Amino acid sequence: MIDVVVTGIGVVTPIGIGVDAFWAGLMEGRSGAGTIERFDPSGLPVTIACEAGDFDATTYISPREIPRMDRFTQMAVASAALAVEDAGLDVEELPKARVGVIAGSGIGGLETIEQEHENLRTAGPRRVSPFMVPKLMPNGAAGMIAMRFGFNGPNYAPASACATGSHAIGEALRWIREGRADVMLAGGSEAAITPLAVAAFTRMGALSKRNDDPMAASRPFDAERDGFVFGEGAGILVLESLDHARARGAEPLARVSGYGATADAFHVTQPDPEGKGAAAAMTFALEDAGRTPADVDHINAHGTSTPYNDKTETIAIKSALGNEAKKVSICSTKSQTGHLLGAAGAVEAAAVALAIHRGVVPGTINLENADPECDLDYVADGPREMAVNVAISNSFGFGGQNACLVLERS
Amino acid sequence: MERSEILVTIKDHLEARGIDGELVTEQADLANDLGLDSLDTVELTVGLEEKFGIEIPDTELEGVVTVGDAIDLIQTKSPVGA
Repeated sequence: MIDVVVTGIGVVTPIGIGVDAFWAGLMEGRSGAGTIERFDPSGLPVTIACEAGDFDATTYISPREIPRMDRFTQMAVASAALAVEDAGLDVEELPKARVGVIAGSGIGGLETIEQEHENLRTAGPRRVSPFMVPKLMPNGAAGMIAMRFGFNGPNYAPASACATGSHAIGEALRWIREGRADVMLAGGSEAAITPLAVAAFTRMGALSKRNDDPMAASRPFDAERDGFVFGEGAGILVLESLDHARARGAEPLARVSGYGATADAFHVTQPDPEGKGAAAAMTFALEDAGRTPADVDHINAHGTSTPYNDKTETIAIKSALGNEAKKVSICSTKSQTGHLLGAAGAVEAAAVALAIHRGVVPGTINLENADPECDLDYVADGPREMAVNVAISNSFGFGGQNACLVLERS
Repeated sequence: MERSEILVTIKDHLEARGIDGELVTEQADLANDLGLDSLDTVELTVGLEEKFGIEIPDTELEGVVTVGDAIDLIQTKSPVGA
């Protein structure tokens, strides 16, 4: 089988942009949460989010292209540019037909939809922008990334809500393994912190209402958790065949060795209370990697900080790993970044690749009093220096769609 | 409307979209010199309609190739309701 490695990472997150700033944020236990600044949130029941306030599209994208992209596409293109740079790819030397892009979004260009709907209502149909459709479509980001670099290989956008980023990486893994691509840019992006989305997620009961203490609001596995903190950002990983990486002298950060995907087929937003779909996805990913539960050192949990997820994910980890579950160092990146929805799986896979490469597992912040039903080792005491040989990254989406990845030392 | 006033409006619109204002002359070809695609043209048209309070039917855009052509077309229009 063709081995697939991660050779570059680009991220836009609420705790840092680019690999070094992101990793520094993880190591410092920084929280990206605060009162919403992109619009006046007063009047909304939830006024906090994890915004990527430092993101400046003009650093990465020409002024001609910026107005043609929704913010989620801008973040994806910026992440792709950062990833290509991090990987040291010489774009002109690449066989473009064998380089693809799989980059999704949970929602797509919601800000664009809201703006153009306002134009329709207040000024009529001629005032609706001709750029509305290409800006809002969730596959727009993958298309724009391909156009920027001239990559003609497989190109599409998975949409599986909060599992999107992991599905994208898993699909990219398959294209390279099948020998049908040499290099794939894979990941996800999300920029949907709008009044409409905040209202909608609040009505679902999904968001933390800890408005007076935003940095303590995302507290996965803690007894006092009350929902996730809405985040925005993007993550793109450069995946390539080991042979391709070797031929150009690139140092792999980690190997992507397993992918498992399942559906709960239970409820559109609630996880299966026994975590069966999630556990099966972890098991399939391990089997795909040729690994057993005893091999696993680290899990980057889905860990959303919702009452449901953290409890059932704990059950699922125990179900998939059995007695080995208690020995695994588990962390929730979302404790720091908030929930990046369609970008989460990609940013978290990036965190796992870095944990493997740098020999440190980031911690779970705000975990002060663990829920008695969350009784595993969530690395609440901050980053932990340790050798990480085999790790799992979990993503579970609304819709009951689960995607798990196995990454290991290359 | 003065030609120079219309030219400045077109220039401002295109500069806001990242196009070098120096290139925006009466002789400039919208597609070949300024790189406008069909979506840009629709957006420019609506921007000019808003600015000058006129209506430009899509069918009348067919003969518009250069910035000067666009200015000619706009000069034939009277503000709606005027």
